[in-house]
Amino acid sequence: MRAFRYARASDPADAATLVAGEPDAVYLGGGTNLVDLMKLGVLRPGLVVDVSRLPYDRIEHLPDGGVLIGGAARGGRVGRDDVLRRRYPALIRALLSGASAQIRGQATLAGNLLQRTRCPYFQNTTVPCNKRDPGSGCSAIPGAHRDLGVIGTSDHCVATHPSDLAVALAAYDAVVEVRRRDGTEVLVPIGDLYRLPGDTPWIETVLEPGDLITGVQLPPPPDGAVATYRKVRDRWSFAFATVSVAAVLTADEVRLALGGVAPKPWRLTATERLLAGTDPTDDEVRAATRAAFADARPLPDNAFKIELAVDLVAAVFRDLRPVGAGR
Amino acid sequence: MTDQLRGEVVLRVNGVDRVVNLDNRTTLLDALREHLRLTGTKKGCDHGQCGACTVLVDGERANSCLLLAVAVEGRAVTTVEGLADGDELHPLQRAFIAHDGFQCGYCTPGQICSAVGMLAEVAGGLPSWVSADLVAAPELDDDEIRERMSGNLCRCGAYAGIVAAIREVADG
Amino acid sequence: MSAGSGLPRLEGRDKVTGAARYAYEYPIEDCLYVWPVGATVASGTVTEVDATAALADPEVVAVVDHTNAPRLRPAVTADELVLQSPTVAYRGQVVAAVVATTLEAAREGAEQLLVRYVEHPHKAVLDPDDPDLEQPETTNAGFPGTSVKGDVDAALAAADVAVDHIYTTPPEHNNPMETVAIIARWDGERLLVHDSNQGPWAAATGYGMLWGIPADQVDVVTEHVGGGFGSKVWPTAGAVVATVAARVTGRPCKLMLTRQQMYTMAPARTATRSRIRLGARRDGTLTAIDHDALQYSSVIHEFVEQTGSATRTMYASDNLRIRHRLARLNLPTPRVMRAPGKTPGMFALESAMDELAYALGMDPLALRLRNEPPTEPATGLPFGGRHLVDCLRAGADKFGWASRDPTPAVRRRGRWLFGTGLASAVYPVYQQGGTATARASPDGTFDVSVAAVDIGTGARTALWQAVADALGVPPSRVSVHIGRSAFGQSSLAGGSAGTASWGGAVRKACFELGRRLAEHGGAVPVDGLEVTADTAADQLPPDHARHSYGAHFCAVRVDADTGQVRVDRLLGVFAHGHALNARTTHSQLLGGMVMGLSIALCEQTIVDPRLGLFVNHDLAQYHIATNADIRGLEAHSLEHTDDDVTLVGGKGIGELGIVGSAAAVANAVFHATGVRVRDLPITVERVRAR
Repeated sequence: MRAFRYARASDPADAATLVAGEPDAVYLGGGTNLVDLMKLGVLRPGLVVDVSRLPYDRIEHLPDGGVLIGGAARGGRVGRDDVLRRRYPALIRALLSGASAQIRGQATLAGNLLQRTRCPYFQNTTVPCNKRDPGSGCSAIPGAHRDLGVIGTSDHCVATHPSDLAVALAAYDAVVEVRRRDGTEVLVPIGDLYRLPGDTPWIETVLEPGDLITGVQLPPPPDGAVATYRKVRDRWSFAFATVSVAAVLTADEVRLALGGVAPKPWRLTATERLLAGTDPTDDEVRAATRAAFADARPLPDNAFKIELAVDLVAAVFRDLRPVGAGR
Repeated sequence: MTDQLRGEVVLRVNGVDRVVNLDNRTTLLDALREHLRLTGTKKGCDHGQCGACTVLVDGERANSCLLLAVAVEGRAVTTVEGLADGDELHPLQRAFIAHDGFQCGYCTPGQICSAVGMLAEVAGGLPSWVSADLVAAPELDDDEIRERMSGNLCRCGAYAGIVAAIREVADG
Repeated sequence: MSAGSGLPRLEGRDKVTGAARYAYEYPIEDCLYVWPVGATVASGTVTEVDATAALADPEVVAVVDHTNAPRLRPAVTADELVLQSPTVAYRGQVVAAVVATTLEAAREGAEQLLVRYVEHPHKAVLDPDDPDLEQPETTNAGFPGTSVKGDVDAALAAADVAVDHIYTTPPEHNNPMETVAIIARWDGERLLVHDSNQGPWAAATGYGMLWGIPADQVDVVTEHVGGGFGSKVWPTAGAVVATVAARVTGRPCKLMLTRQQMYTMAPARTATRSRIRLGARRDGTLTAIDHDALQYSSVIHEFVEQTGSATRTMYASDNLRIRHRLARLNLPTPRVMRAPGKTPGMFALESAMDELAYALGMDPLALRLRNEPPTEPATGLPFGGRHLVDCLRAGADKFGWASRDPTPAVRRRGRWLFGTGLASAVYPVYQQGGTATARASPDGTFDVSVAAVDIGTGARTALWQAVADALGVPPSRVSVHIGRSAFGQSSLAGGSAGTASWGGAVRKACFELGRRLAEHGGAVPVDGLEVTADTAADQLPPDHARHSYGAHFCAVRVDADTGQVRVDRLLGVFAHGHALNARTTHSQLLGGMVMGLSIALCEQTIVDPRLGLFVNHDLAQYHIATNADIRGLEAHSLEHTDDDVTLVGGKGIGELGIVGSAAAVANAVFHATGVRVRDLPITVERVRAR
């Protein structure tokens, strides 16, 4: 870990000032992934600007029934919020499925969204990785890729985004509030936050240097929505998703997002279109889910994820909206 | 704005302010172990993957290996050394002995600090992944204890004793 | 769950308050921090270690590599001969070490080091068709590499029913919670170390061999150890680096391997591939057992996991063949991990027995009872107590096995498929000679010293009880001192032999002290009275086959949507003779079962053959069972007395609980789903592969 300067931002403007002209500055929230990657030598910032004490840890219940969660809000705070527990069950379940209680208690919402892939090659500075070391090659494609992506990937990178929470946020059509360095605020739908790897896998989001995620807006859930989050992993707790699904269903609307399969939370838009407003049979759910994988790029050891996703989506439909019961 | 790579940090540990001159890179875990001689907090993985370094920060459990010490300034840190009341052990410490909730003992301080924080989370109404009802006050059955304690690995496999010890304290 | 009876751990208070001091935690002034650097090629030669950037940091005191390290002498494996040559035999092998005044500077210095290599071709795939496979003469623990009784091929050809399958287990890492840790100091030609190991005497011997000094010039202090499971049996490459750094700098040096470094600078368990062929008559009588085991070692040292060793002793058959083959790969030398050989070998054999039971249409319990041998099958030796049948019957009774419908994949409730399975367990009795010293003081107290170590087994407490029993005094008058090599030659905490071996020595010392006291008319002289006993000559003759036994019964539920396996219940019944402390014995058995469950369901070190890389070298991606993975765990000890066992009347318990438990899980998964998973771990894609 390179020696670095540390500064605690006193207010948002101060944070922007501190990072101005500092190409190797990073923001520190909970630090659960940043410090991890600094110890591994994957990230070597020269300046760490601590934004964890900025006033972005609030949770606001909005008049329209939506909720604004501050970017510095930590998991314990989010998990205890009554409104979120009542109205956004898939979000709470996704949150509680992630990492450990300790990590959840430390990690901020913004940091959760911006955490880096757990691809083991990305985390190991002694082996090639296009995301960490552009142009060095992808070790995972010819190597150990069982846990990596099957869709949205490229010949240059098959990393997955590891967040559970982001998957649920995608299903709730969350919008990310970003404070620019010049103090202006922009809103980024979560579906637009992440960029697919293409031939520039080291560029992961649309954020610009100095941008700060100050919060996430959750629109009110659709009327009559039922929702859940299911997660398959290699042990029963404290493991990243092999495949996960967040589902928000109403009689007319279907929203499905997958984790563990793609470089970002993966909305199954094709499936949603096919199933919206229908009362599908199990086979129809499966067929519609498979359709969303038409452009999949599975590798030998992770191809199983596609049928696993199909089975998970079917199970979630069965549990949330028993055939014929919803109409 | 500082150009310093290290500096004096005031760490409030177990109710006492300690002034230490630390490299910015020093984690809370290393500050405790290498600078404050509080070696009860253990290093098992140094990446937040095992829970051996669990301490309480402002009453909430945290992996001290992932906290930069300089960023913890002003917060109240409680380590395993701060749980007992003089010679009187914390009830969880007594229960871990009574139920043989450890073997090698290396994960134990983290388990106990974690359990202290966990019981507070339950009292505060925080549900868990295995809670059937996210809204109701959580009922701390064994599966709830297991899930909530899964951030603390025990390679000796003392989980049954750990659950029994926490169960006893939770049931009062 | 009851913790069992028996005194609570002596060091319990220290462990729950954080007062217990582990190797790295001794406050030693002026201590330097050592950060070892691993090779980044799988095979090759170091051509340059450019330390310019690292040494530019004033906090960096030294960089040590093969050009400036002092010479070491061969000891146990070549892995420990660190920094002796530019040759790289595997990725992660120590090629340099940075020594600094702070931990942070040592780590950054290691990052700044530029090591250049000429790369050579490497091999990191365990391939049964590898043309260079070796047929070792012997395996670890001294079993023959190949042993043949009768004509296995003819018997298989003539069998009414035969099964023939391949079972694989991946490399597994011991992953004690405390990584390898050491503080090393030199005082002239004396080496002083606070060290995390499984035997202070063995550590002193190992460091002494490496440095060419007698073991009694090495003072090893090992008060508490954060687990070993075989990884700390002998000095590891990582720990030796600290002794080198201390020699080079002339200052105390401390080192604690990172979790990642543990994967290459400390040992692991080899991958195994067992082809098991069983032949039987219609009535279930085994006529042939063939175990062909393939495993790997490094290219610098031959270590042969005794994968087939349990097959030598389990079931009766006139025709029995056990073979070991060895691949030599560019990976770290694998060594022992909890129940070496038995753990992977019994996964294979006990899975195959289940498959044979289905092929015969026979209850798997009945099949095992049918093939109970009168003498040890491979050696013909009489058993020094055999209680497998007792364990199986008692377990079946406690578990409710009798009502089981053997039909696979028919018990579904909601999304869950339910199933049950069983497997046998076995572990040999080992005991080593050693010394212990007992001292009586005029104030009526007693002090007993033995170079034992408590890695979590409860040895300290058990020895305390053993001493009090032997002396016939209340435990409050007894102090037991362990954890120092200076206490004399002594056993390892390994092979489940520790407590039995140390217990034998302390009992002998106590009995002799009692005799000496009687000679003094019972009065303790003013200067006290001290005797040292040695059990080297008191060892068990090799005239019996001595083992402890067990039986695992497992109930699983499998998520029919996803293939995730959940163990609802794992019940073990064990016959291990007299337990010195029922409470810690119970914990040891449970701990073994938990590790067995863990290797069944989630543990594997993934090898990237292109890079010769252990890919998942941390605890986020090398999964060990969490608390949430463990439900319904029961360990029962069978009451029995075996005359012909160790000096303390018991058999080892530390490893028994892990043996066979993975097979019990896999057999239950088959019963639940109809899917036979022959490759560990039992991941969702394997359960889903129909």
